[in-house]
Amino acid sequence: MEKFTTLQSTAVPLLIENVDTDQIIPARFLKATSREGFGENLFCDWRYDSNGQARPDFVLNNPLYSGKILIAGRNFGSGSSREHAAWAIYDYGFRVVVSSFFADIFKGNALNTGLLPIEISESFLQQLLSAVHANPKTLFRVDLENQELAVPDRGLSETFEIHPYKKMCLLNGYDDIDYLISLKDRILAFEEQKPA
Amino acid sequence: MGKTIFEKIWDAHVVATEKGGIEVLYIDRHFIHEVTSPQAFSELEKRGLPLFRPEQTVATADHNVPTWNQHLPIPDPLSRKQVNTLEENCRKFGVTHYGLGHPHQGIVHVIGPELGITQPGMTIVCGDSHTSTHGAFGTVAFGIGTSQVAMVMASQCLLLNRPKKMRITVNGQTGPGVFPKDVILYIISKLGTGGGTGHFVEYAGDVFRNMSMEGRMTVCNMSIEMGARGGLIAPDQTTFDYIKGRKFAPSGEAFDQAVAYWKTLPSDEDAVFDTEYHFDAADIEPMITYGTNPGMGIKITGRIPQLDEVSSKENFRKSLEYMGLQPGMSLLGKKIDHVFIGSCTNSRIEDLRLVARIVKGRRKAANVQAMIVPGSRQVADQAREEGIDQVLREAGFQMREAGCSACLGMNEDKIPPGEYCVSTSNRNFEGRQGPGARTFLVSPLLAAVIALEGRIVDARTYAELADVL
Repeated sequence: MEKFTTLQSTAVPLLIENVDTDQIIPARFLKATSREGFGENLFCDWRYDSNGQARPDFVLNNPLYSGKILIAGRNFGSGSSREHAAWAIYDYGFRVVVSSFFADIFKGNALNTGLLPIEISESFLQQLLSAVHANPKTLFRVDLENQELAVPDRGLSETFEIHPYKKMCLLNGYDDIDYLISLKDRILAFEEQKPA
Repeated sequence: MGKTIFEKIWDAHVVATEKGGIEVLYIDRHFIHEVTSPQAFSELEKRGLPLFRPEQTVATADHNVPTWNQHLPIPDPLSRKQVNTLEENCRKFGVTHYGLGHPHQGIVHVIGPELGITQPGMTIVCGDSHTSTHGAFGTVAFGIGTSQVAMVMASQCLLLNRPKKMRITVNGQTGPGVFPKDVILYIISKLGTGGGTGHFVEYAGDVFRNMSMEGRMTVCNMSIEMGARGGLIAPDQTTFDYIKGRKFAPSGEAFDQAVAYWKTLPSDEDAVFDTEYHFDAADIEPMITYGTNPGMGIKITGRIPQLDEVSSKENFRKSLEYMGLQPGMSLLGKKIDHVFIGSCTNSRIEDLRLVARIVKGRRKAANVQAMIVPGSRQVADQAREEGIDQVLREAGFQMREAGCSACLGMNEDKIPPGEYCVSTSNRNFEGRQGPGARTFLVSPLLAAVIALEGRIVDARTYAELADVL
């Protein structure tokens, strides 16, 4: 997993609530046996019409907006457990997703992919959205060590929660597998004492 | 203070508690399928790791398989490659694999219980959000992502934050025509798609006590549709009777010992929940969804809300536009194009029996394509033995082979753009059943009656159905 420390970037606003993982990456694109290439089909049915033409009204097709931060409405990532949703967002080039509420499985998958989910208050979310709408070139600053998301030009900032273990993993690029394997003796001892 | 069933099971599986309260949870059973496992196997290979406990891992092919001609090679090359990759990986890593053609093949959440692999008190995971289905047996069962699939393969453990505890109690007697699917659609319509987020749910009260195991599976299956990490129901005599005699269930003395342990699992009287909801069974009526998430449900005789009655107006507008519906309208009388009976929610033998009772000697409406997809080879075989498949064919239903089918728009079975499908599955998201497909979620009872009528109806108005309601 790639390390994540700080990020300064413009952002892409996605003003939709309850974005489910079927929208992020429809099931018909889950036939691959590797992790790469899902970004091409990110939000496919919102991004392209049935003839494969880009829909100009969808934000990813709007040349005004770009950047490594996706700002989305509440309850982002509900539905299917497909980690391919996090892979698609990451593969497209995003490194941070900001919302006022995330679905549990998506949040865990994002953290395991190296994509930072930042949960902020609904009022701060609205402030961020109005900032990016007023000026699509607005720069956002994410500081994982200090758990802070800021819009320096506007003097806005809010801290966010992240589990200390997950934070350590992201800062160092570690994943859980190495850690779990290091616990092998304890796992074997647990199996030993566990009733059948 | 007493413990909830969830705490009893979870606590019995904690290998270690790390700084910050994160816990290392031991996993008893790991189900895998072709879609979310290949990258996890690759991860093991990349690191040169074996699969730690292959004997606690079971694989089947379900999401990406055709539901006819399963004896022939899969026509779509990508699907064929994915299904073959699962088979190869299972061979390489020593995992039991119920592939196409195997008598135990089927939807992963149908075969686990029917083979007796799923047992009370277990922790169960699978790279599929509907793993919550297994909670019907009093297990802590939940869906995981592919990185976590790799973790379980490597160590039989996961690093997790303990979810909060929620109890949803429904007491009283449900009215005629109300099935387990209606109960869970009703609950989700009350809590919304995020109402359970961060929680593990226990379903309690008369309504769940009186349900069959199939019904309990339908309820627990859809826990994820309100965002819950999982949902479970305490085991009782109904559970023990279901498990007894199944292929991988304990037998003889071992079964009695197991039952003695299972009886200790129900939540203690003085156990405390973080969140509680109470509903009255009498308030539940047959349900149908009108929008593009499972929380957008109404009573079959109800009306779609008006714009000023909903909080997320933009989402509501977008949903109705996608569905081609208007605020305030009733769905009764709406003509439909497809009926899909299947999925891990409603494809068990009990569901097929119910549908057969309704359509026996009748014929589906001419404007409807009706498809019925058994959840497993075993369900299909039993349906054949009982003559159910014959009844369904005579009624004009396509009787398919086991798989996830048109639930998820991944395999060959898809609903064409703009067409309406009344479905017994679990999700009505945009494009879920195929790009542009429009889904109404209902119980198998409503699906069967609607297939006969060709339009949305209230099954309770048919006098001849009195004995099935």
